[in-house]
Amino acid sequence: MIVPYTHVMLLGAIVFLMGMICTLTRRNLIMIIVGLEIMLNAAAIVFVGAGLQFQQIEGQVMALFIVAVAAAEVSVGLAMVVCIYRQRHSIDPQCIENSPRVPDPKAASEPLTLNT
Amino acid sequence: MRDMTVYAVFFYIIAALIIASAGLAITRKHMVHAVLYLVVSFIATALLFYLLGAPLVGIFQVILYAGAIMVLFLFIVMMIRMAPGADRPFPAAHYLAAFGVCGVYIAAALLVAFFSGPEAGRPMAAAAASPAAFGFYLFDQHWLAVEMVSILLLVALIGALHLGRAGRRKQSGNKEP
Repeated sequence: MIVPYTHVMLLGAIVFLMGMICTLTRRNLIMIIVGLEIMLNAAAIVFVGAGLQFQQIEGQVMALFIVAVAAAEVSVGLAMVVCIYRQRHSIDPQCIENSPRVPDPKAASEPLTLNT
Repeated sequence: MRDMTVYAVFFYIIAALIIASAGLAITRKHMVHAVLYLVVSFIATALLFYLLGAPLVGIFQVILYAGAIMVLFLFIVMMIRMAPGADRPFPAAHYLAAFGVCGVYIAAALLVAFFSGPEAGRPMAAAAASPAAFGFYLFDQHWLAVEMVSILLLVALIGALHLGRAGRRKQSGNKEP
């Protein structure tokens, strides 16, 4: 006997909420991805808990797929963050909207032209 | 609460550890500290999976999540070296929206918790799926999903490679080996 099913669900809910607050209120692309990771982790907790409650192995299979999807999401997401940082020299989400592209100083073969 | 088994004690300790380390992770200003607290949270989650009868998933959580993914995070955080400039103030309307969404969510979770039947309050029976049984089930019933996940990871690899080269390729032409 472990604990009631509701307690596992509440644990998953609290962890998901923390991830959601992190995603919604931080102004840093990496911290937004951290929030997404915490939310995926909460989903995995709920899947494994439900698998134990209903004595089904499906929940564990879904948790494994969540880990795989998180790996894909993190690799592409962090590659995008690095790409944005290389172009804008900032990882603030708003920098995409209101700052001009910073040319790469190492590979600036052409002179800078103002195109406004 | 009257007849708490040792499993229940472990569950509450691990749950407190997960919540505390996740809370510390989302409030740190320094990104390296946040990622390190996140590693603690994921390892505690792996212990929870072990307790809830999923040893193989717990081991994968340690190897993949707390190991590979978090090392990738640390690598990128070290690479970016963000200047510790002043934070822009966050508008109150945004906080209101965030906590409004969270309030609706808490209300829904509490409603479900209170109106669930009496059988949901009984402690769950302890059980564990052996890694062999889990593997047989996975490759017997979900072989198509496993193949799709492998294709997804391949596409993610190609996408990350493309994004990593996208900044350089424009200026340097085809000179790269």
